[in-house]
Amino acid sequence: MKKLTIYSICILFSGFIFAQKEEPVVEKDTTRLTEVIVIGKRRLSNHRQEKTLSSIDDYLEKSNKVAMIKRGNYAWEPTINNMNSERLNITIDGMQIFGACTDKMDPITSYVDVSNLEKVSVGSGQNGTENGHCVGGGIDLQLPSSKFYQSGFKTNFDLGYETNGNYRVGGLDVEYSGNTFYINTDGIFRKSDNYDAGGNDEVLYSQFQKYNISMQTGFKLSEKHAIDANIIYDKATDVGYPALPMDVSLAEALITSVTHNYVSDSTFINTLETKLYFNTITHIMDDSNRPDVPIRMDMPGWSDTYGFYSKATSTIKRHNLLFNVNGYYNRSLAEMTMYPNDSSQPAMFMYTWPDIRTFYTGIFAKDIFVLSENEQLSGSLRLGYHNNRIAEDVGLESLQIFYPDIEDSKSRFLTSISSNYNYKTTNYDVSFGLGYGERAPSVSEGYGFFLFNSFDNYDYIGNPTLDNEKAIEVNAGANYHKGKFHIGVEASYFYIMDYIIGEIDETLTSMTIGANGVRIYEALPNASIFDVYLNSSYELSNSFSINGTIGYNYGQGSNDENLPLIRPFTFLAEVNYKAKRFNAAIQLEGNGNQSSYSSYYGEDETPSYGVLNLNFGNVYHAKDTKFFLKYGVENILDTNYSTFADWNNIPRQGRNFYMNLSLIL
Amino acid sequence: MKSIKFIYILLPILFLSVLTTSCSSDDDDDDPIITNEVEGLSKILDLTNATHTVELFNKEGDFYTGYNAISIRLKDNATDAYIEDASFSWMPMMQMPTMQHSSPRSAIIKASGKNTVFEGYIIYQMTNTDGSGWSLTVNYTIDGVDYTASDAITVRQNDNQNVTSFMGSDDSRYIISLIKPNNPIIGINDLMVGVHKMENMMTFPVVENYSIALDPRMPGMGNHSSPNNTDLNYSMVDDMYHADLSLTMTGYWVLNLKFMNTNDDVLKGENVTDENTQSSLYLELEF
Repeated sequence: MKKLTIYSICILFSGFIFAQKEEPVVEKDTTRLTEVIVIGKRRLSNHRQEKTLSSIDDYLEKSNKVAMIKRGNYAWEPTINNMNSERLNITIDGMQIFGACTDKMDPITSYVDVSNLEKVSVGSGQNGTENGHCVGGGIDLQLPSSKFYQSGFKTNFDLGYETNGNYRVGGLDVEYSGNTFYINTDGIFRKSDNYDAGGNDEVLYSQFQKYNISMQTGFKLSEKHAIDANIIYDKATDVGYPALPMDVSLAEALITSVTHNYVSDSTFINTLETKLYFNTITHIMDDSNRPDVPIRMDMPGWSDTYGFYSKATSTIKRHNLLFNVNGYYNRSLAEMTMYPNDSSQPAMFMYTWPDIRTFYTGIFAKDIFVLSENEQLSGSLRLGYHNNRIAEDVGLESLQIFYPDIEDSKSRFLTSISSNYNYKTTNYDVSFGLGYGERAPSVSEGYGFFLFNSFDNYDYIGNPTLDNEKAIEVNAGANYHKGKFHIGVEASYFYIMDYIIGEIDETLTSMTIGANGVRIYEALPNASIFDVYLNSSYELSNSFSINGTIGYNYGQGSNDENLPLIRPFTFLAEVNYKAKRFNAAIQLEGNGNQSSYSSYYGEDETPSYGVLNLNFGNVYHAKDTKFFLKYGVENILDTNYSTFADWNNIPRQGRNFYMNLSLIL
Repeated sequence: MKSIKFIYILLPILFLSVLTTSCSSDDDDDDPIITNEVEGLSKILDLTNATHTVELFNKEGDFYTGYNAISIRLKDNATDAYIEDASFSWMPMMQMPTMQHSSPRSAIIKASGKNTVFEGYIIYQMTNTDGSGWSLTVNYTIDGVDYTASDAITVRQNDNQNVTSFMGSDDSRYIISLIKPNNPIIGINDLMVGVHKMENMMTFPVVENYSIALDPRMPGMGNHSSPNNTDLNYSMVDDMYHADLSLTMTGYWVLNLKFMNTNDDVLKGENVTDENTQSSLYLELEF
């Protein structure tokens, strides 16, 4: 392990050493765009994309600022800048969609698949507010744009197999594209048995199975007007969560939208995109596969969202303007039924999310002002009205046990504002940004009722009296290129006021058998989160390149306690070989020892680790047919490890051989 | 409601369809309104003598162990008319092998706002397994003339312990009975409990100004408790004991009690601890 760390640092620093010998050569800007992760399945050249059939979770994890919290082998929860779901705004092509699980077992990234998407856009901090308010950042999973390509029929086949967990993937994509009409349908099926951690240590309840089908079609009404419709159906069954006491027997989503597109060069408004959408999620948590539980229970949840947005772009002289008006209405309901071991007693029932209706409407405006050839100033503003209402009387009465004076409805106004300055020359660029953002508490934070968190072993009670969480953000970045050498640094600092986190209430007794107690969501006066990443790369030759990244993160509350789930020191080092029809890479990634863990919030220390991966890619062309093959080994040394983001320290996959095959006809 | 209007203004197309589907369906009764003063109640039984019929009603249509709220009508057998002016007393009686005893009961008074209905309660502290053993005598006076009606009655055993009869450490026998909530909710319930002292076999006065500590628990789920309960305190308004009872979920609840006199001496019951999972004084509740 230590050796691996040393190797990685050597590889990283070798970049600097070679750099000094290099003559200054002007070359194109090689700044890596971490904000956009392209998911186009056929991009062999992207060295960070080892598998064409990776899950979205795998793709997201490649971004510097994104870490994935894992409760199992499926449905990982993304975090940006060490902040998770509640502090992020995650949308599917601008559509709001909310998971239906009270235990965050269904982040919305689990309801779409790579086959549905064109790209994922990740906005750090207040750069992620185009579709909604957030503190940590925004992720927009973007659907393909209209495809009036006139390319006729096209068919893709995908097959994948991985040895660890006997993981099978199959996909089929059929597309017809004409001048005024296109239709695209795809389906993907994934199934995995339990995976093995390093040392052939089987991780029980880590299996999953899911399929996803989608259809997108569009008509071009005239040169300026087009209509698109998109429907995604995603169904996962038999999903195990080794880190949790329960599994999921069904996670089902139907995501639908109709979009009108208007394009014009001559008018004030260049483009106008208007979308109406509806999505519904059913999530059934149960423990019927677990042999030993203190009590049997079912925890189903439902989430329905209706919404719209209308987005316009315009260019006036050197101003690039973007306006967005959006609104949504969400219904979140979850319940829990427990079956006593003494069968003469009746089942016990409660609402864990007591039918919370959330209504939001807001406006967003952004201006990118080109000051000069080198300089650019941008500013954005989002204002919104947010209302929560408890629709179920039972739910209101439940919460009145804790908060006798609350009413069924609570409204708030939210503001997000940010500005960024960029300066760019051929050899270097710098950027500096300031932001202020607010967010409303999530349904769980505001209205959750005895939600058991297996991470710290406490029951959580929502707090409907919470104020908005507010964050002041400063970020800066700089890149320097000299010849074949590149180095870049990016850093963000968040000063968060009324930071929402669960605090122990000694007067309350836990409901869950074996829990340590009850935490109530409260607001810490403030908290600070800081992260910095250093990237460097060097092209040894046309074929060989090396690159490395190190990162440092920090998070502390005003109570002088470390915040939970803050990433420790991280490193990544990679050597790439690239030829016309073949590529290969060897990669070392790892984390340092998690010394600043948060025992106060139920976290334990995760030891350092490093894993070594090897991947290869081949491409063949024959007339109109393309053939891609990706294969490799992950965790070559079969290390048994877990990371800071692994719920209850469940170990990650051991050695895994994989192969992905794609055929385009 | 403001937000609903807001939606209409902002999202007419999208939400119109959503909101209009939620229109209410009214079940209007077309029947002319006939004043039935015992509507919603079921008849338990009639006690008949030569001149009158005493009709007894409650919600269930049966007597059960524990607290029974009872409505009474008195019918003149000759005219079938209901008598509006009468005074009542009653005496439930349990025949045991060697002795007999009565049970706690209220006075009978005219139901407020009604012409022919009188009200009171009886707390049956026990019954035989087949429901037998009890009889009920109702004495009434109309225009200065005394009458009586009497018969054997059936008292069914309640599934849960909603009444408990016990000997306190002061060597007195007490009866504690659950009166409310009738329809418990997940939330804070108004808990109402009656406390009667068995002064002798026939006399059960209300005990005033004692207190009862309350600790509700769910034995089926780790014996967990609930927050923000209050202890039971006596109210002069209705001669009953009241408390806030928090129920966090439906199911089987044990209301552990600790009964104390005016000097705070514990007469019955213990604290619930890890070792002692249930007080010897408790009531049960299920919903």
